[in-house]
Amino acid sequence: MPATRRELLEHATRFIVMSGAAAAAFDAMQGTVSADAATTNDYKMADHWWGMTIDVERCIGCGNCVRACAKENNVPEGYFRTWVERYQVGEDMERPEVDSPKGAMEGFPPSDKKDIKAFFIPKLCNHCSDSPCVQVCPVGATFVSPDGVVLVDQSYCIGCRYCVQACPYGCRFIHPETQVAEKCTLCYHRITKGLTTACCEACPTQARKLADLKDPKDAVHEFLRNNTVQVLKPQMATKSKTYYKGLDGSVR
Amino acid sequence: MKDTFREASHLVRLVVVLAVAIVAFLGLRGAVVPKDFGQYGHYRPGALEDSRAKPIVFAGQQDCVVCHEDQAKARDSGRHARITCEACHGPQAKHVEDPSNKPKLPQVSAICTNCHEKDVAKPKWLPQQVTKDHANGMECNSCHKPHAPKMG
Repeated sequence: MPATRRELLEHATRFIVMSGAAAAAFDAMQGTVSADAATTNDYKMADHWWGMTIDVERCIGCGNCVRACAKENNVPEGYFRTWVERYQVGEDMERPEVDSPKGAMEGFPPSDKKDIKAFFIPKLCNHCSDSPCVQVCPVGATFVSPDGVVLVDQSYCIGCRYCVQACPYGCRFIHPETQVAEKCTLCYHRITKGLTTACCEACPTQARKLADLKDPKDAVHEFLRNNTVQVLKPQMATKSKTYYKGLDGSVR
Repeated sequence: MKDTFREASHLVRLVVVLAVAIVAFLGLRGAVVPKDFGQYGHYRPGALEDSRAKPIVFAGQQDCVVCHEDQAKARDSGRHARITCEACHGPQAKHVEDPSNKPKLPQVSAICTNCHEKDVAKPKWLPQQVTKDHANGMECNSCHKPHAPKMG
């Protein structure tokens, strides 16, 4: 008896599944190498795990970080890798009033409000270790580096904008000229050479500090131990590495 | 089973098409994807080097004080002690590379008020003034020394 169509299809399906498995095995054979092997000059990626701490009570909203970032990274006008928001929270207000004129590039015009809870919140890429933006990239153009920095491969990015929408903190944008995704690199070109980020260098009050969570001597450990800290949107489970001290519940 | 494969010729064309497709896919993949792709994860490791290669614009405090010892000392004595040079003077990596690249002095009025103009959101510990009531049209540095900002 000749094979029925059903049987034929069953065998064909089995064959396709098997060849799929073979392709997966081929992928696995290419393998992943441990980050320990990676060394450039005397910088070992495996020795670092970068993040940032922000002390809200020390931020004076001067905008130095925003200007410094724009100069260091050649950020196109009207776009921001870091910015500062001013929150004004009134007891009788339904939601807080938030403003950030030009991302605080020129600081803030004085508020006309009095006797109100108000503070500044600097924002930047949170360099999440479980970041949604990395998970949605269809081409492997964005990734968490072995030292914990979320980066974009400019030559691989196809500008599809998935990551821009996926970031819960609004930290990504499409560069108007190159048309590829851009974001804070935590000044990767600086921190891998022993310097701090441009924003931290320019911050007059040390409200923001670069943190190396793998360095046992880094002040970040004391900061985390001695203070009440919070990350933005903890319910998103992004494992953010930007820790805010004195963060008000109204901040989104 | 025996019956199933009696008419195996049905499968030949399908198998050939699939085999060609798989070989073509693997060949194309091998040609397009860089050899070291996936070394650390699902990305091109060369991207790390690309990010590192960007030029440095802010030299950093440690480079400034090598030459400008006097100003550093003056600053250390006052309440601006922990503010880095480039926070006010702007990025100076070019000046460090070649000192004949003279930086412009910062514009005093804007640089002071960015921090010290009174605002409800600024923390209480920060000295703040409403400039138009306080300065009477004078520049801040006619009374205050920016490196050690006490009166006089």
